[in-house]
Amino acid sequence: MTGVVEQIEDAAPRRRGGSRTTLVIGLCLTGLIVLLAVVSLLWLPYAPSDISGGRLEGPSGAHLLGTDKLGRDLFTQLMFGARIALIVGIGSVALAAVLGITIGLIAAFARPWVDDSMSAALDVIIAFPVLLLAMLVVAVQGASLWSAILAIGLAMSAVIARLTRILAHRVLHEQFITAARTSGTRWPGIVAFHVLPNIWPTLSVSLALQFGAAVLAEASLSYLGLGAPPPNASWGRLLQEAQGTVLTAPVGAIAPGIALVVLVLGVNFVADGLRDFADPTRRRAR
Amino acid sequence: MPEMLTYLLRRSAFLVVSLVVAMMVIFVLLRLLPGDPANALLSVDATPEQIVAARAQVGSDRPLFEQFALWAGQMVRFDLGESYISTLPVGPEIATRLQITLPLTLLAFVLALLLSLVIGITAAVKADTWYGTVLSGFAQLGIAVPVFWVGILLVWVFALGLGVLPSGGFPRDDWEDPADALRSLALPVLTVAIVMSASLSRYIRAATLDVLGSDYLRTARAGGASLGEALLRHGVRNGAVPVIAVLGIELSTTLLGAVVVESVFTLPGLGSMLLTGIEQHDFANIQGVLVVSTLFVLLVGFLADIVQRLIDPRLRARVAGAR
Repeated sequence: MTGVVEQIEDAAPRRRGGSRTTLVIGLCLTGLIVLLAVVSLLWLPYAPSDISGGRLEGPSGAHLLGTDKLGRDLFTQLMFGARIALIVGIGSVALAAVLGITIGLIAAFARPWVDDSMSAALDVIIAFPVLLLAMLVVAVQGASLWSAILAIGLAMSAVIARLTRILAHRVLHEQFITAARTSGTRWPGIVAFHVLPNIWPTLSVSLALQFGAAVLAEASLSYLGLGAPPPNASWGRLLQEAQGTVLTAPVGAIAPGIALVVLVLGVNFVADGLRDFADPTRRRAR
Repeated sequence: MPEMLTYLLRRSAFLVVSLVVAMMVIFVLLRLLPGDPANALLSVDATPEQIVAARAQVGSDRPLFEQFALWAGQMVRFDLGESYISTLPVGPEIATRLQITLPLTLLAFVLALLLSLVIGITAAVKADTWYGTVLSGFAQLGIAVPVFWVGILLVWVFALGLGVLPSGGFPRDDWEDPADALRSLALPVLTVAIVMSASLSRYIRAATLDVLGSDYLRTARAGGASLGEALLRHGVRNGAVPVIAVLGIELSTTLLGAVVVESVFTLPGLGSMLLTGIEQHDFANIQGVLVVSTLFVLLVGFLADIVQRLIDPRLRARVAGAR
């Protein structure tokens, strides 16, 4: 089994300087999508299922991105999709974080044989690909937004648990833990004041990367028809619907894809930027 | 090398345990489904006799543990059971489907590896030039792009726009005419390869940068070797270790990516079998596809771990020293 930490640390190409720029670009890209989602809560150009124009119209003043094959406004659906993408990202990462960190900490604090068997079980679950696991949960639960969040969150919690366990083990070997123990700090205190603050920087980077992966996984599920059912315009579903008419109305098949890339790229940039802040040793040029 | 043998045994044991656990997870998760698996066979106005017969046919009238034991027993004999809907044996059906999914996965993998070696190494060695930066940018962008979207865009340009390649489907006579079959696979392979080479070249770039900054490479250069010689003699083996770990994961991801890409290009592969299975609640087909793909994923991980140890003596030594 390869070390997760090493893999994650290797995943980012090292840059000479510029980590602040990366973070700012990432926040701008992500902010753009968040803005779309927030505005969609207050105002939408049309109602999402409102047939407000002719079929497959091109972009115009009335319809910024044109209309789909039923005559619904595409920009409205794109804004609505931003909401769904963010809900899925936040929901599944939150689920993965709560479950994963808890399981990881339990393993790290447990007796060696419990720890070993938990870590072996995690390796098995991680070997099981996220999308397959998600499809399995959808097969059981039926396709809905919550199935998607549940499936993706569950699958990712194993990755977070393994990372938490490894990081916590490193911290638990430090002398300040022994010092805390001898001075009478009990395990809740050790977790809250010593372990979590020390592992959080690395964990947050991983969580940010998982956010992007969750958004992509949901898009794939919706594209396959296993995501939220029709009135919920997920970007994956928009792409699936627009695929057949890409020649006559290319905007419909391009815009949701760009939105997806902007969000995932933005979150990945944020993760890269955070990583360099989290670990001062990386800020030095290699 | 006895430590290698010990490792091989331990790793094989892990492989078997993983497979059993994965099978149990698949089985239990599917049985959590509300309603009887036999419902897939029945119409709305089924008589009680028909229900009893259907439950007997799929075995759902027995206790859950017995069902699993039966299924696992079949697995050991390489029997994947029969489809609930079409009553065709699942094993041969999967074998037919693999004739599309496996070439798609492997061709895409090889193409992606070649592409990413060129991209990753160039991006690292020529990091100061504009095209080095562009290549790094491509890699960064590529991991944010959903694979099915790349597929849609390629269909738009090459199939609908230029009309040079088919937009989807597979010849009815399968591999009867290899050129025809390969033409149908061209765009799907390209789709998977593009997305995969992006994430792979990030790892290769990082590994190359590590090698370039290493002391042993500097020593080799000081001894008079050219950069190319030094990289070939000392860099490849050192750089390959982390990359092979990733290759294993990526190959598995590709098989899974193929599920989605098959859907873009309406290829009748393993992915479409799984999707239809889910739609029709055909447990036998779902279980079969999941077990075969899990086995693939586990075997690839197994091989990647073994190869890493063959390449890197430090990893072999670590086994002997245990945790």
